[in-house]
Amino acid sequence: MKQHALLEKAAPEVVLAPAVRPTPALAALGDRAFRWLTALAALLVPAVILAIGLDLFLTSYPALAKFGPGFLLSQEWNPVTQEFGAASSIYGTVMSTLIAMALALPLSLAIALFLVELAPPRVSQVVGTMIELLAAIPSIIYGMWGLFVFAPLMATYVQPFLKKYLGFLPLFSGPPLGIGMLTAGVILAIMILPFMSAVARDVFALVPNVVKESAYGLGATTWEVTYKVTIPYGLVGLLGAMFLGLGRALGETMAVTFVIGNAHRISFSLFAPGNTIASTLANEFSEATEPLYVSSLVALGLVLYLVTFLVQVVSQWLLRRMYRSWSVGL
Amino acid sequence: MRYRPPTGRKLVNWVVSGGAAASALVGIVFLVWITWEVLYRGITALNWDFFTHLPTPPGVPGGGMANAIVGTLVLTAAATAASVPLGLLAGIYLAEFAEESRLGDLSRFSANVLMGLPSIIVGVFAYALVVLPLGNFCGYAGVVALAVIMLPVVTRTTEDMLRLVPNTLREAALALGAPRWRVTLAVVFRAAKSGLITGILLAVARVSGETAPLLFTALNSPFWFHSLAEPTPNLTVTIFNYAMSPYHDWQQKAWGASFLITFGVLWITIVTRVMLRERKG
Repeated sequence: MKQHALLEKAAPEVVLAPAVRPTPALAALGDRAFRWLTALAALLVPAVILAIGLDLFLTSYPALAKFGPGFLLSQEWNPVTQEFGAASSIYGTVMSTLIAMALALPLSLAIALFLVELAPPRVSQVVGTMIELLAAIPSIIYGMWGLFVFAPLMATYVQPFLKKYLGFLPLFSGPPLGIGMLTAGVILAIMILPFMSAVARDVFALVPNVVKESAYGLGATTWEVTYKVTIPYGLVGLLGAMFLGLGRALGETMAVTFVIGNAHRISFSLFAPGNTIASTLANEFSEATEPLYVSSLVALGLVLYLVTFLVQVVSQWLLRRMYRSWSVGL
Repeated sequence: MRYRPPTGRKLVNWVVSGGAAASALVGIVFLVWITWEVLYRGITALNWDFFTHLPTPPGVPGGGMANAIVGTLVLTAAATAASVPLGLLAGIYLAEFAEESRLGDLSRFSANVLMGLPSIIVGVFAYALVVLPLGNFCGYAGVVALAVIMLPVVTRTTEDMLRLVPNTLREAALALGAPRWRVTLAVVFRAAKSGLITGILLAVARVSGETAPLLFTALNSPFWFHSLAEPTPNLTVTIFNYAMSPYHDWQQKAWGASFLITFGVLWITIVTRVMLRERKG
């Protein structure tokens, strides 16, 4: 059916008047030029990635040369004395990402389970669309909401509650400010949720029905089928989904910048303000004037680039492996 | 296999199912909560002046964000104009010429990786590429950053949409003696038109809410937009600056701008989804 509709739409354009029909040689030349032009455009994409890496490396070189590998370990960040180190930003990036993953991973799996196995098709479609719309909300809006709506709630309800019952842990010590690592992590979790659950949903849906049905036929419950059949079967894809969310969380900027408090120090309390690589860049870049300051900020960017690049490559490799092996199998 | 009585297993299943439904509810709650707050707080900040006047200093009543609205539109339009032709061409290569080629694989893989790179990194790239050599913040740098973010999105959706066009159409046109480029541009493109527009709209939605890549490229400006060679006013960086300020009336204005951005982006996203669904029919 679809084909006919398409043909009808396109057919009138196909008619070439004999007068304008090019000679075969000319047509071949035109085709070759067209092919090369498109190939050049396709080459542009990997070229841009390389160019970004090279550009960041060259611009950050003065800082890398001055501080050496110690840049990664030093907690110092002082524009006045021109001493720069990445440790607190790296710690904050890792910590906020860990919180986000710890919350988003089980949630996204549960959502995928609900959408694929439990909900009736109509409900699944509506709910799935709504979850995906979370990904369409711009980062800065999460920031606004986080700063003016969510952080005050964290300060008045969630953090005092955690402090009361789990306050003996150093993680939940200190004044409940609302602004800080925990709030940033929770907001990050909401932001990466749609990406992870979309892939997990695909993975769950791609597991062949025959495999699932044979387990159901043995009397397994939905949960047992998921836990013992679907998840092991789609493990590679689920790992890919996880890495996808990881990459997003590591580089997320505006929402984190709004709520993390932007302090250059490492604090083990999740209530304390901190910073991430991305938030440091967002906050300080436009004010940095000293060449070494700019160069150190770009060096932070280089660290983030390398890490997210690696995470993305792993996630793409996993997802591709899954789709490949599945299109060949069953 | 050992027989296990169903009661306990059913209970576990029931708990897990409930948990899964609750998780979906959590996602929906956050979506509704966030959009509601933006709607409720933003709509009170909007008035006629907001769309027609320049910003005023804190404490001075009136004033709007007309310059930032114009600036955001110009930046987005310029980035679209720069990235769409390139993305379409790259997409053509991937769909029409490179099903099993090395360059095709590399390009596809890179597009996926580039989509996942943090947008602030692209901002740093544009800064080092444009702002450092020129010596001042300017709209062009912002356009470069946004175009880089759009490029892989346009490329991948173009490829997907062209692949949906049945091969018989291509064969029919080729059999009539049309050269390959003509087949692609006049026949395949026409058949995939709505899909291609969807892809471009998706890319536009993706960048029109971007803040991080503009922070230190286009920067911001309280004046009317003059040229892309100067710092360019834009809504998202204005939201950031106003929200972080201690002035209540500025924060109020930031909510107004958030309202515009959120519902602009959500509207485009929903329209594209409807278009896509009709296409899949």
